[in-house]
Amino acid sequence: MTGKGGTGKTTVAAALALALAAEGRRVLLCEVEERQGIAQLFETEALPYEERRIASASGGGEVHALAIDAELAMLDYLDMFYKLGRAGRALKKLGAIDFATTVAPGLRDVLLTGKVCEAVRRKDGAGWPVYDAVVLDAPPTGRITRFLNVNDEVAGLAKVGPIHHQAQAVMRVLKSPQTAIHLVTLLEEMPVQETMDGVAELRAAGLPVGAVIVNMVRPVLLGDAELAEVAAAQVGGNGKRRAAVAKALSQAGLGGARRGGVAERLVEPLFAQAHEHAQRVVLEREQRAEIAGLGLPVRELELLGDGVDLGGLYRLADSLRRQAVAVPPPHGPVPEDGPDLAEAAAADAREAAQAGTDEQPPGDG
Amino acid sequence: MSLESPLLEIDPLLDDPKTRIIVCCGSGGVGKTTTAAALGLRAAERGRTAVVLTIDPARRLAQSMGLTELDNTPREVAGIDRSAGGSLHAMMLDMKRTFDEVVVQHSDPARARAILENPFYQSLSAGFAGTQEYMAMEKLGQLQARGSWDLIVVDTPPSRSALDFLDAPKRLGSFLDGRFIKLLTAPAKVGGRAGVKFLNLGMSMMTGTLSKVMGAGLLRDVQTFVAAMDTMFGGFRTRADATYRLLQAPGTAFLVVAAPERDALREAAYFVERLAAEDMPLAGMVLNRVHGSEADRLTAERAVAAAEALEDAVAEAEAGGEDAGSGGSGGADGPGAENPDGAGIVDLPPGKAELEASDAERTGRAGHGGADTPADAQERTELLAAALLRLHAERMQVVARERRTRERFVSVHPEVPMVDVTALPGDVHDLAGLREIGLRLGGGQPAAA
Repeated sequence: MTGKGGTGKTTVAAALALALAAEGRRVLLCEVEERQGIAQLFETEALPYEERRIASASGGGEVHALAIDAELAMLDYLDMFYKLGRAGRALKKLGAIDFATTVAPGLRDVLLTGKVCEAVRRKDGAGWPVYDAVVLDAPPTGRITRFLNVNDEVAGLAKVGPIHHQAQAVMRVLKSPQTAIHLVTLLEEMPVQETMDGVAELRAAGLPVGAVIVNMVRPVLLGDAELAEVAAAQVGGNGKRRAAVAKALSQAGLGGARRGGVAERLVEPLFAQAHEHAQRVVLEREQRAEIAGLGLPVRELELLGDGVDLGGLYRLADSLRRQAVAVPPPHGPVPEDGPDLAEAAAADAREAAQAGTDEQPPGDG
Repeated sequence: MSLESPLLEIDPLLDDPKTRIIVCCGSGGVGKTTTAAALGLRAAERGRTAVVLTIDPARRLAQSMGLTELDNTPREVAGIDRSAGGSLHAMMLDMKRTFDEVVVQHSDPARARAILENPFYQSLSAGFAGTQEYMAMEKLGQLQARGSWDLIVVDTPPSRSALDFLDAPKRLGSFLDGRFIKLLTAPAKVGGRAGVKFLNLGMSMMTGTLSKVMGAGLLRDVQTFVAAMDTMFGGFRTRADATYRLLQAPGTAFLVVAAPERDALREAAYFVERLAAEDMPLAGMVLNRVHGSEADRLTAERAVAAAEALEDAVAEAEAGGEDAGSGGSGGADGPGAENPDGAGIVDLPPGKAELEASDAERTGRAGHGGADTPADAQERTELLAAALLRLHAERMQVVARERRTRERFVSVHPEVPMVDVTALPGDVHDLAGLREIGLRLGGGQPAAA
């Protein structure tokens, strides 16, 4: 899940995780930017570098969460593939881990995405995937392609060797149809523009784009005829019409309709507000048309006025389930609507969990 | 009683010749870049020789300032009012180019080429988390050193972790002082086998391990890179420290930009605390996209009740069919059909093309009859009035919510001066829009909608 800053991508990622966890599934929600956004949303204490259950969904479903820390992921990685327990700690002392994770950008991203892919591929004792789906709250749209396209990033750095192998293994998972990169936007010009650019970049890199999720959609409170009227209305224009509206307000008990009366004085500000609203609606429709031009599935989430609390998160998850943010099939977008979208999402979740079954642990060669 | 913060007075800040640098910081999506551009424009039109350093402006905003190409040098902005004797330049930061410039400036040509061609450097300069912050500060230092402007307005990168740019000098320092760098540079500097004896056994085991983990080629690239950069590091650090001190100096003013939303204000609180901890001079907070209402004496509850009364009246009239006196059952003091021709409304203006193209979701509400009877017209008026009231109720809820969010912040940081910038219906992408924002920043009343 990616999106411009301020669009609520962490919230949408969390809502998607909850939606996917419904009906008894197990979902892992990861964050990689050391912001502890997940903990804030779920109103829990800061997450350690350790998977833990943070929410339950209907039918015994579970959302687990993990805040991936690049340094710890590096030590993890060294330990897993080189059994470097103590040497790893010595490296850390020397500042080598710090160096590798903060200074070498490609390496950092390989570690972060590598950890996510490891969770995708992990099997339990009976050979079943541990997670039915993994949701990643990824870096923002401006950096997402570089972040996910680690192979290209490290290709110039590590042409052979374990990091090279690790990057390739990560890329195989990320470019497979089991992955879908969703973009969160608002119906505003800048986020939409960034979404358009982001989609173009992801497509150019051969990364699978999922859906566009329009977040914080505000209700349209006027009918089309009313919108047209207020959009065209001038300040102080059409006195007769205003007098009639003043009279209606007065009838509704809001004071006198005479010039200078309470109801009469309401008319101008109310028209001004409606005019702003109409302008906004027109702009939003332009942005919607832009988004539609991408040819991607589009989902919308309503604005939750008081900010997103835990209850709001479940409501958004429910809304996503009803709209079914599905992973598109490899060739072309999913159909916009259908009777069995929730089932489609479930199937996608199952599929997603089977990503990369043929991967070998990197670093053996 | 609502909590009030002191008013942040922008104009005195912009006009004060002692104000040399204004840094706008805040989380992503709160209008930071637009605020920086609007401040620069306002300062210039009030007589300052200003330059705005933006990091990643929206395309149309950049175009409005004449920034069509990324050439990493300030360009003069055309179309501003220069009658007060000021001027405005603007530039977009190209971090790779800034880094390249630093390299070229501070090493001899052969060494510079070796660095620029090093794959490790190429990756570092393009994508290093934090490079943008280093380079923004580097560029600020350069602009300041040039001395061509008496006010520099800086937009800060949408940092992964807030205020990364403040950490930049320190992080660079601790990195350069790290033993690891010395370890890496040692073999390359001394050269081959001879270097080994300077390393103890443990360390050579480390390089062995590193080579295994990173791949020998990569380690070699890193080593040559670090060796080549070695001579530059000192200068880097000196300048980074100088910039840090510049930020603490009295001529600098930090503005925290936020929006009246829970998350944005939480981030803003963090910025405020962090700036205080670093001894950075905070001038105050710009609260963008604040909603108000000219009709704020009408509460949301009363507006909804009145809207319901009007809608009920229309519904009843429709149910009553041919029943005369359709307006009679309205509000508490509804005078009914006292004015039969009062609703002699002209036809609705033709809808705008965009509106006509819309989804027909709500068309059921406003009936489009062929022939308008006065009763139809009156119904339409009542429905319009009801819609206006519902819109107002929603606005009042937004206003109340924003006030609560803001009060939460003010109770924790009552000392921080604040200025509200009322929301514009659309995005800003021309000088007129920036000027309008500037007017609101200066505390002026927005032009009537």
